[in-house]
Amino acid sequence: MASGVAAWLPFARAAAIGWMPVANMPMPIAPTEKNKRADELIVLNVSGRRFETWRNTLDRYPDTLLGSSEKEFFYNEETKEYFFDRDADVFRAVLNFYRTGKLHYPRSECITSYDEELSFFGIIPEIIGDCCYEEYKDRRRENQERLMDDDEDKKDAKLPNMTFRETMWRAFENPHTSTMALVFYYVTGFFIAISVLTNVVETVPCGATPNTKEVTCGDRYTVAFFCMDTACVLIFTVEYLMRLFAAPSRYRFMRSVMSIIDVVAILPYYIGLVMTDNEDVSGAFVTLRVFRVFRIFKFSRHSQGLRILGYTLKSCASELGFLLFSLTMAIIIFATVMFYAEKGSTSSKFTSIPASFWYTIVTMTTLGYGDMVPKTIAGKIFGSICSLSGVLVIALPVPVIVSNFSRIYHQNQRADKRRAQKMQKARLARIRISKTGSSNAFLHSKRNGLFSEALELTSSIEEEQHLSKNQSLLESQHHHLLHCLEKTTNHEFADELCYEQSYLEGALQSYPSQSPSLSSQEGMTGTCCTRHTKRNHAPLPNSSIPTCALSHTHPHHNLQELSTIHIQPLNTSRSSLNMRVDEPARLNCQSGTITTAIISIPTPPATTPESDAHPPPPGPALQNVVKVSAL
Amino acid sequence: MLNMVWETEGLQTVGIVVLVCASLKLLHLLGLINFSEDSVEDELELSAVRHRPEGLEQLEALTRFNRKELQILYRGFKNECPSGVVNEDTFKDIYSQFFPQGDASTYAHFLFNAFDTDKDGSVSFEDFVMGLSILLRGSVQEKLNWAFNLYDINKDGYITKEEMLDIMKAIYDMMGKCTYPLLKDDTPRQHVEIFFQKMDKNKDGVVTIDEFIDCCQNDENIMRSMQLFDNVI
Repeated sequence: MASGVAAWLPFARAAAIGWMPVANMPMPIAPTEKNKRADELIVLNVSGRRFETWRNTLDRYPDTLLGSSEKEFFYNEETKEYFFDRDADVFRAVLNFYRTGKLHYPRSECITSYDEELSFFGIIPEIIGDCCYEEYKDRRRENQERLMDDDEDKKDAKLPNMTFRETMWRAFENPHTSTMALVFYYVTGFFIAISVLTNVVETVPCGATPNTKEVTCGDRYTVAFFCMDTACVLIFTVEYLMRLFAAPSRYRFMRSVMSIIDVVAILPYYIGLVMTDNEDVSGAFVTLRVFRVFRIFKFSRHSQGLRILGYTLKSCASELGFLLFSLTMAIIIFATVMFYAEKGSTSSKFTSIPASFWYTIVTMTTLGYGDMVPKTIAGKIFGSICSLSGVLVIALPVPVIVSNFSRIYHQNQRADKRRAQKMQKARLARIRISKTGSSNAFLHSKRNGLFSEALELTSSIEEEQHLSKNQSLLESQHHHLLHCLEKTTNHEFADELCYEQSYLEGALQSYPSQSPSLSSQEGMTGTCCTRHTKRNHAPLPNSSIPTCALSHTHPHHNLQELSTIHIQPLNTSRSSLNMRVDEPARLNCQSGTITTAIISIPTPPATTPESDAHPPPPGPALQNVVKVSAL
Repeated sequence: MLNMVWETEGLQTVGIVVLVCASLKLLHLLGLINFSEDSVEDELELSAVRHRPEGLEQLEALTRFNRKELQILYRGFKNECPSGVVNEDTFKDIYSQFFPQGDASTYAHFLFNAFDTDKDGSVSFEDFVMGLSILLRGSVQEKLNWAFNLYDINKDGYITKEEMLDIMKAIYDMMGKCTYPLLKDDTPRQHVEIFFQKMDKNKDGVVTIDEFIDCCQNDENIMRSMQLFDNVI
């Protein structure tokens, strides 16, 4: 329950009077405020700055330092105030949390000092409000990454007992580990450069003899170029095979991008070797030579920046996709319009819509070659609109890509997007748990609460005080309110699982169930009841008995308590609690409904009040616990 | 041939029209032209209504709370609604926080109508505290009167089965889905039938205020539960 609306709880309880005439059953007793004292001001002295607040404000969160009796340790008798030797600025945020129910993160504070203060005062940081949570998480992440960076620098120490294969792999991945690795690194880099250079120079026309055509250098010095090519390919092949040998997981290595690039780089040479005799496929052979240019991608192993660029493009896939999509749309629209606009003019270059695509692209990217120019007025108007919109459409996604690149570059290409998604899921899971925790708190305390109500009716003061009052008064009042609602409507709150299972039960019951299928039913519903038993830490000795199906059509049993708490025998108040504990469950075979309940007959008063945590010894319990199961 | 001429002419016109419209829109965006006169007033949102309650003495006279209790009540009220009045959405929001498992908005709507005695769409502190005074410090007669008022949605002095069914459904909605035993669709209706059997003495299909008060005063359970919340403040 949001303690921010704690002030409205009296109103909600008063409004519950509206249910009273409708209810058919008596209401549970209200929790009394045992030591009701007038609200008083508390002075909190934090490093000299005095904060004052009502005691009730602090009591809203009883599981924190200020809300519990832990603050008594800091009480100063002479000055009658609570003194904390902590940071006063962060304390402001902490105290505001009590006042408003929302925890804020002051941006000017260091993240570590804030975390320390929160843990001192017993507040979990997950409840930081949405307004400040993103900032908090970002700062936290940066901090952790900085710590990880410091750790990584220490990690490069050589681990002993590495196999030759592992050393080789490490040498390949990280050239700074040994001199051999560094040499290898530079040699391969050199040969990549040589190879790319030869590919380029091969096509330059050089040395024209006077009467023949210009020949390219490649054709003139064929042998030399062939030798260079062979040498490079040999080196690359050897390197690839060595990497393949050293890779810890060969299959994964073969699938990686870099190895594909390696293969594509050296394959044309071998194919060329095989195919030199066949002149028909020389065309295809020429195409293959194009792939030699992929050798330049091998440089990405040598350059961190290239890798970051590739990673950026991959991570900005959505922005790039948007850019592409919007450009395509715009191109089609404008090309169509230009085509129809220019259809009338004579000798127009806009012969078809696809032909206009070229004009549109050139205009939108503001290239403006001028090989296709509109001549009509309409064409000129639309052409200008086209160029203006082109600038806008292209300019929009680019800053996103740029900022992405710079961020990744600065953070050194960590995979933080993936980690952030996991954290977000974890955070949502935690919030969901705390929210269901509030409703589960009611279900939990209901079982304990019945017990305490029973005690209150007949027991003495000492036993009342034995009851560990781990619920604040606020919580007990809220639970009393929910209890009244249950009594009004004759139904109980249940948790998700029991609901689902009883729902499935209802679905299954519509088919006449044969006994073989009962076993599947048992297995399914058994978990619900055993869950109850597990939760109360009182697994009854014969809980292995199969059937415990839930019934919901039995008219006489208004409230069947599935709890296994042993309750004191209270004859007089039985009716007020409305527990038919001494009524055995009915067998209702003919209609096919299965009626069971795990009912416990109260044990003799010899058992202590705290018995809801400790089950009585199984021996005597066997006689008293009636486990009625029906098939 | 004529078609081609017309096509180009038409396209020309279209192009010029597009240009003109775009420039007008641009000027409008820049704020140089105003198409309609009341576009400027869109800026001024209705500023939040501020409300100051009557003084403590008047409230003390109107209600049965003493000074200290009124102080505590007002502090809580103002904390949650700094503007001094609660409108229906805030009311539903606050009330729903007490019933996390179900949907409390319908019942909150009825409650809101019961508290908003002057029907101005918002509950001020006076309405709030006067309602609470009846509920917590009133006589049994007054409390029953208030409850009757709550059930009588159209305030015509009679509770019909339809009105009761609405109220009942609203109460059952607050339980939510996960209940034991499972809530069936006609559970509210059955409950209404039981209620009417008990309350409707002359079996005319409606419950009047006298029948209601009469019947409740004869029912021991109801009498006892009416006193349940007397020490809430």
